[in-house]
Amino acid sequence: MFPLSSTETTAEVRDDVRAAALAEVTGALGDAVRDSLLKPGDDIWVRVDATAWRTTVETLKSLGYGYFCFLSAIDWMPSPYGKGEDDPTEPAVERDMTIRQGYAGGESRFQVFARFVKPCETVGVTIKTDVPESMSVPSISAVFAGANWHERETHEMFGISFDGHPDLRNMYLPTDFEGHPLRKDFPLLARMVKPWPGIVDVEPLPGEDSNGEDDAS
Amino acid sequence: MVGVELAYWAESLLRVLGGLVAVLLPAGTVVYLFLFKMMSFMQSRLGPMEAGPYGSLQLFAEVGKWLQKEDIVPTNAQPEARIFKIAPLVVLASTFLLVAVVPFGPDAWFTDFDGGIFYALAVSSVSVLGILIAGWSSANKYSLLGGLRAAGQLIAYELPMVLAVIGVVIQAGTMNLQKIVVAQNAGEIFGWDGLGNPFLLTQFVGFLIFMIAVQAELTQTPFDMPIAESELVSGYMTEYSGFRFLIFFIGEFATAGVFSMIASVLFLGGWGVPFAWFGWTAIDDVDNWMNVVGPLILFTKMIIVVFFVMWVRFSYPRFREDQLQRFAWKVLIPISLANIMVTAVLKVAF
Amino acid sequence: MTMLGDRQQLSYIAAQAADARVNVELETEGMTLNIGPQHPATHGTLRIVARLDGEQVVWAEPVAGYMHRGYEKLTEVRTFPQVTALINRIDWLGSFANEVPFILAAEKLMGVEAPPRAQHIRTILFELSRIANVSLFLGDLGVQLGAVTPVFFAFRDREYVLNLIEAATGGRFHPNFDRIGGLKDDLPAGFIDETRTVMVKLRRFCDEIESLLFGNEIFQSRTRGVGVIPRDVALSYGLSGANLRASGVEWDLRRDQDLPMAWNKADWKVWTHPDGDSFARCWVRLQEVRESTKIVDQLLDTIPAGPVMTKVPKIIKVPEGEAWVSTENPLGEMGYYVVSKGDLGPFRVKIRSASFNNISIVPWVLRGVYVPDIITILASLYFILGDIDR
Repeated sequence: MFPLSSTETTAEVRDDVRAAALAEVTGALGDAVRDSLLKPGDDIWVRVDATAWRTTVETLKSLGYGYFCFLSAIDWMPSPYGKGEDDPTEPAVERDMTIRQGYAGGESRFQVFARFVKPCETVGVTIKTDVPESMSVPSISAVFAGANWHERETHEMFGISFDGHPDLRNMYLPTDFEGHPLRKDFPLLARMVKPWPGIVDVEPLPGEDSNGEDDAS
Repeated sequence: MVGVELAYWAESLLRVLGGLVAVLLPAGTVVYLFLFKMMSFMQSRLGPMEAGPYGSLQLFAEVGKWLQKEDIVPTNAQPEARIFKIAPLVVLASTFLLVAVVPFGPDAWFTDFDGGIFYALAVSSVSVLGILIAGWSSANKYSLLGGLRAAGQLIAYELPMVLAVIGVVIQAGTMNLQKIVVAQNAGEIFGWDGLGNPFLLTQFVGFLIFMIAVQAELTQTPFDMPIAESELVSGYMTEYSGFRFLIFFIGEFATAGVFSMIASVLFLGGWGVPFAWFGWTAIDDVDNWMNVVGPLILFTKMIIVVFFVMWVRFSYPRFREDQLQRFAWKVLIPISLANIMVTAVLKVAF
Repeated sequence: MTMLGDRQQLSYIAAQAADARVNVELETEGMTLNIGPQHPATHGTLRIVARLDGEQVVWAEPVAGYMHRGYEKLTEVRTFPQVTALINRIDWLGSFANEVPFILAAEKLMGVEAPPRAQHIRTILFELSRIANVSLFLGDLGVQLGAVTPVFFAFRDREYVLNLIEAATGGRFHPNFDRIGGLKDDLPAGFIDETRTVMVKLRRFCDEIESLLFGNEIFQSRTRGVGVIPRDVALSYGLSGANLRASGVEWDLRRDQDLPMAWNKADWKVWTHPDGDSFARCWVRLQEVRESTKIVDQLLDTIPAGPVMTKVPKIIKVPEGEAWVSTENPLGEMGYYVVSKGDLGPFRVKIRSASFNNISIVPWVLRGVYVPDIITILASLYFILGDIDR
C-alpha cells in the first residue's frame, strides 16, 4: 500500500521538477499547509487550512499556476448502501463506516479539492482543504473566473457553500430539489426502486478462486 | 402581322392561366432543378430519387404533404388571426403583380405600359409588408426579429436595385420593358448586329449590382438573415405551417424566377433573339411564332440566371445584419451612382 | 480584474452609455430571448438566455443541465471495467478518446502499463476519434454561419473514419474498446492500408473546407475579431484545447505530458494563433485535423509487434490511492480524478470535461455582441452537450 500521508518522497524515482515545485509552493504558503505529498512522476498534493483557501489560490496564481483545471469535493464517508447491490429481502449488511481520507490526509468528512497547472510546463498541483462544520469554504471565483461554475456544481452536489460566490444557483437540478446527490448517504434511486438485477446472478465470477488472494491483500 | 383573333373572354382566360403558369412553373422548376437536384449534386448526394423518375414527382409529394398539414394559428397570435393568415397571401400577391409586366413575346404580355420597370420595382416591395405582418402577428420573438431584419434589408437593397436599373433605362431611353427588349435586340455593337446589343455588355456593373440586390430581395444566402435558421429558427416563417408555409415557399421561389426573368429582360435581351438574324428591324416585323418561342427563350435565360443565384446560395455563408447594411450603403449605392453618371456621360457622348 | 481592460468591454460600456442617452427620450424596452433548449444552433439541449437591446446582447447566460445523467454518481456503483461504457457517452462524437484517460488513471493506480503495441493502437484510435469529432465541427461551422454545403462534405468523409473505428472496435459511436492493461482486440486485417487511403481523403477534405469556408470573405468578416478571448482570461476560465491555443498559448498535453501513449513517437506540430477570436479557434482546429492525419500516418508505419494486452487479474481490484490523468481530447483537456479504496469499483470519480469550462466563459464573451455573433461564438467554442452536463 502507498503511504497515504507523508511529506517525504518515498519512491526510488527522483522527480526534481515536482520536488522543486512542491518546495516552492509549501514555502510560499507557509503555515497554511497542513500536509503535502509528492509522488514522483505523478503529481503533488497539498492540503491547506480552509481559512487560507483563497490566499492559497492567490499564491498559486502568483507562482505561475495560471491555469484553472477543476474544483470539486469528495465525501470520504463510505456509502451506507455499498454499491446498491443488496437484496432488499435480506437483513441490512453491516458496513465499515470509518472515514479514511486520501492523499495528504484530512480531518473532516468532506474535502474540497482543486487543481491548478502551470501552463506550457504542465506541472500541476492538487490542493485540498477540509470543509469545516459550517460547510462553508471561501470562494475562489474572483481569483479564477472559471471556478464560478465548478463551485455552483459542487454546491448543489455536496451542499458545500462558497463564501463570496456571486450566484450559487443550481446548475443541473431543479431549484426545489432536496438533497445533495453526490453525498454518499444520498441513495441512488435507480438501485432503490428496483433491486439490482445482479442479485439473481448466483454464478461464481470467473477466476474468483485463483485471484482472490492477490486482490484481498 | 397576322394575328389570331381572340374574344375578350378568351384572351382574359388565357392571361389568367398564363399568369398562373408564369408564377408556378418557375417556382416548380427552381425548386426541383436547383433546390433538390443541383444542391444535392453540389453536396455529393443524390437528392430525391424515389418519387417518379429521378425524383421528379417529389415536388407533388411535398405539396401534398403540406396541404394535408393542419393550419395552425399560435395561441398568442389568435387576437390577430386574420392578419396572421393573410400575411403569406400578401407575399404571394406581390409575385403575381410583378409577373404582370414581364413581356414574354412580341404580343405575349399581360400588360404593356410605359412605366413598366417603375411599376415592377414598386410592387416588388409589397412583399415587405407581408413579411412584416407575418413577423409581427406571429407573436414570437424569433419571428419579430426576422421580420424587422427583413424590412431593414429589403428597404436597404431596394435602392441599389433601382439605381442599377436606371443605367439600363438611360441606355434604352424608355421604362417600358417591351421597348427595353426591342432596344437590346435591334441594337448593334459598333455597327455589328450579330448579337444585338444586350445591356449585359454595356451595363455589366449594373447587372452585378442588380443581381446582388436581387439576392438580397429574395433573402437568399448570403443575405438570408430574416430566415437564418441557425439563429432565428425560421425567422418570420417560424410559426407558419401547412398551406400557409407552402405559400411562403412558393412565393420565395416564384419571386426568384420572376426576378430572374426581369433580369433577363433588362440585361440579356428578354424573349428576343437578335433581330438581325431574321432581318427584322422593329417590333412590328417580328414573326408571330416568336409568341411561342419567345417564352421558351425567356425561360431558358431565366434558368441560367437562377443557376447563378442558387449557386451563390449553396456556397456562401451569411452576412451579419450590420455588415449587410454597410455593404448596401457604403459599397453598392456609391458604385451604382457612379455607374449612372458614367452611363449618362457616355449616352450623351455617343 | 484584468478582463475589464479589454477593448470589447470598453466598446460595450460606450454602447451602453449611448443607449442610456437615447433611452431618456424614447423609453425603449429590452427583450429577453430564449435560445434553446430546442433550437437548431445548440446541437443538443443547451439553453442560452439572452437579454437583448435591439440585436445587441446586454447579457447572456447559458443554462445547462437538460442532459445531466449523473455519471459521477453512477461510477460509484460500477466496477472499473464497467465505467468505460458510461464515459463513452460524455463526448459522443469522439467516444474512444473519453475512455483513454480513465483507463490510464486506473492503470496508474494499479501500476500496470499497456504493451507498446496497445499504446500505439490506442493513440491511432484516439486520433481517429479526434478526426471524426473535429471534421464534423468543421462542417457544422458552415451550417451555423448559413453555408449548407460543408456539413455534407463533413458527413461524407467522417463516414470513412467511422467505418475504420467500426472495423477496429465493432462500434461506430461507442467503441468501449479500451481495457485496463491494453485493448480488447488487435487490429483487423487490412486496417492499416485502409486507414492510409482514408487519411488521404481527410486531408483533401481539409483542403476543401479551407477553400470553401476559411478563404471566404464573408466567413472571415463574420469570425475575425468576433468573440476575442485574451490569453489570461482563457487561462483563468480554464479553457483548453484549441480554444486555448487560439489565444496564443502553446500548450498541448499530447506533447507536453509524459503518458504511456505514442504521440511522442510521431513528428507533428502544435498550432497556435495569436488572435483569440472565432476565426482563430476554427483555424486551429482545422490544422489539428491535418496534424492528426499526419500522426496516424506515421504511427501506422511503426506499430510494434507483440501482444495488445498485458497480464492483469481477471477481477480487477484497484489499490487504494488517488490518480489524476488528463489527455488532450478533441474538445480540450479531459481528465479523471479517480479515487480508489481498494475496491472493485472507484470510490469517487471527478470528471473534468472540456466543454464545461469552455462554455463557462460564455457570459463573459457574449456581452455586447450581436445576435448572429452568439451563434458564431458558440460554434467556434465548440461544445458537446454530453460533455457539459455529463
